[in-house]
Amino acid sequence: MITSKSKANVLMLKKLLIFTLVMFVFGYALVPFYEKFCEVTGINNLLQADVRVKDNWVDEERWITVQFDANTRGLPWQFKPLQTSARIHPGEPVNVMYEITNDSDREINGQAIPSYSPRFLDKYLKKFECFCFTKQVLKPNETRQMPVQFVIEPNLPTDIDTVTISYTFFELPGS
Amino acid sequence: MAAVHGDTHGHGHDDHHPSGIMRWVTTTNHKDIGTMYLWFSFTMFLVGGFLAMGIRAELYQPGIQILEPELFNQFTTLHGLIMVFGAIMPAFVGFANWQVPLMIGAPDMAFARMNNWSFWLLPVAATLLIGSFFVPGGAAAGGWTFYPPLSTQGGLGVDLMIFSVHILGASSIMGSINIITTILNMRAPGMTLMKMPMFVWTWLITAYLLVLVMPVLAGVVTMLLTDRHFGTSFFNAAGGGDPVLFQHIFWFFGHPEVYIMILPAFGIISEIIPTFSRKPLFGYSSMVYATASIAILSCVVWAHHMFTAGMPAVGQLFFMYATMLIAVPTAVKVFNWTATMWRGSMTFETPMLFSIGFIFLFVIGGFSGVICAIVPIDIQVQDTYYVIAHFHYVLVSGALFALFAGAYYWIPKWTGRMYNETLGKWHFWLSMFFFNLTFFVQHFLGLAGMPRRVPDYNLQFADFNMISSLGAFGFGLTQLLFLYIMISCIRSGEKAPQMPWEGAKTLEWTHLPTPAPYHSFEKPPVVN
Repeated sequence: MITSKSKANVLMLKKLLIFTLVMFVFGYALVPFYEKFCEVTGINNLLQADVRVKDNWVDEERWITVQFDANTRGLPWQFKPLQTSARIHPGEPVNVMYEITNDSDREINGQAIPSYSPRFLDKYLKKFECFCFTKQVLKPNETRQMPVQFVIEPNLPTDIDTVTISYTFFELPGS
Repeated sequence: MAAVHGDTHGHGHDDHHPSGIMRWVTTTNHKDIGTMYLWFSFTMFLVGGFLAMGIRAELYQPGIQILEPELFNQFTTLHGLIMVFGAIMPAFVGFANWQVPLMIGAPDMAFARMNNWSFWLLPVAATLLIGSFFVPGGAAAGGWTFYPPLSTQGGLGVDLMIFSVHILGASSIMGSINIITTILNMRAPGMTLMKMPMFVWTWLITAYLLVLVMPVLAGVVTMLLTDRHFGTSFFNAAGGGDPVLFQHIFWFFGHPEVYIMILPAFGIISEIIPTFSRKPLFGYSSMVYATASIAILSCVVWAHHMFTAGMPAVGQLFFMYATMLIAVPTAVKVFNWTATMWRGSMTFETPMLFSIGFIFLFVIGGFSGVICAIVPIDIQVQDTYYVIAHFHYVLVSGALFALFAGAYYWIPKWTGRMYNETLGKWHFWLSMFFFNLTFFVQHFLGLAGMPRRVPDYNLQFADFNMISSLGAFGFGLTQLLFLYIMISCIRSGEKAPQMPWEGAKTLEWTHLPTPAPYHSFEKPPVVN
């Protein structure tokens, strides 16, 4: 009887250890799940291209100023927009060029992360092309010009007349 | 396997154990291990309390007096970590070790040697945690929730904290596996699940919550570690990660964690209230179902900690309503305790006083919890002293008061001696007074906008902070009285009668001598 009891205990121990292991893996599984969830629900799609809408309405009456900002954090690159701002009509497609230069003598992978002001601009900003959608690999001393194409939708709240689009380049591990 | 064998039939002819320190290092006896858990957690309570005194001393008046901001942040961080992982959780495991086998009529825990190991991991983890104050850069300072980016940027102290959390997690998981197996496999004949004492029920559910979420915590601190040292980017935006993801995973652990700290407290209260009301617990089965519902709901409300982190309105609404729903089973419990007392022949010994104090103050903490669950209010009070007041009402006057109640209630059974009733009552009333002095005013501070985790504050907050600090010093000193009461009880307390509480109905009182012998229930009792 005693041995059957301790066998039952060991069986229980094994089951619970397996359960513990499953929960550990579950913790890691939350990472891709979170990414997928954000992608499907569109909560956090800063790095994805938007679909172009054909019949775009342009609000010719209204002007807004778009300021362009560029930063690097911890990698030896120069990074700047070729124009610092643009005056546009909401709904009008805009094309801006940015330039990056690798000042070092090693190949570096960089990733640009966007940031907007006001914060809710991402709801009205549709980006069709951006260097931030993929990582950028720069050879030693290479310079590259890269476009960003976007539309700011005309339903942007009317009290906003200036917006800022900012990018920061970070070094990716393994470069 | 051998350990299991040795445990289940080795005890009968093994009454002489090693003496001195080796007795405690090598012990596999659930009572010894329970005692060690309780002393360990009380020591950690004093350490965490010392940090709290430092925090309150700094906040006694505006300006920076005794703690530089960096050190202040380390104090708040370590105060939280030590109290949660070092004081409250091990104390409940200590109670489980002592009481679960006694209450279900088992001779010991299922895995006695693993039990020893889960205890002895704790001092190691505590040493890492406390030692981190003395490494270059000091201890972790990003708050007890160690959110990135602060926790991915900190120094060696953060690494020590991560290892410490790993070890504490392993200890908790082993402890809860032990408790689950003991409860499910080792109950005395006739002790069906629905006849188990509520304390055992709450621990069974708590232990399941622990094996559910502790591995997730282990996972998330491992991700932090690899982000810090091995080039991964789980939480590093630059590498495509997301710091908000950390908050989701952390609180997936963290919210069930707060119920891990309160469900066993519910269990202790559910034992004490019937004893001193001399009536059976009202609505036993609804208590069981309420506990289970709280545990299940606790797994789907985590994001109410992050309403301001950025979330769609639909998400906020879901987590708000789910959180408010927890108030329903909790209210069932409070109702049942009140109904148990209703028309009972009540007496007010110290355990009962602490239990009634628990109900009264826990309900206040519960209500402020419902207030915090409301999204627009939460956005106002997020990271203010209102939240501090809320969770100290549920953790100090909740979990800690229940621990005091349990200690007074069972100390005669454990030691065969009675504590000093007069001093016990002083301990209760002083704790009650100083606790409210400390934390009630923090509601006002929070509503007026005083942010947490900041060593200085605006002059308008000065008076309430001084009151709060005075209360905290008083509360801290009062706990030294508890230490004195317990030591004098153990060393020279009056001999306890066989049945110190005539209303007690659980096995440890009805079927065992007082004090409980070193080996108990080697022949299981039969429960009708």
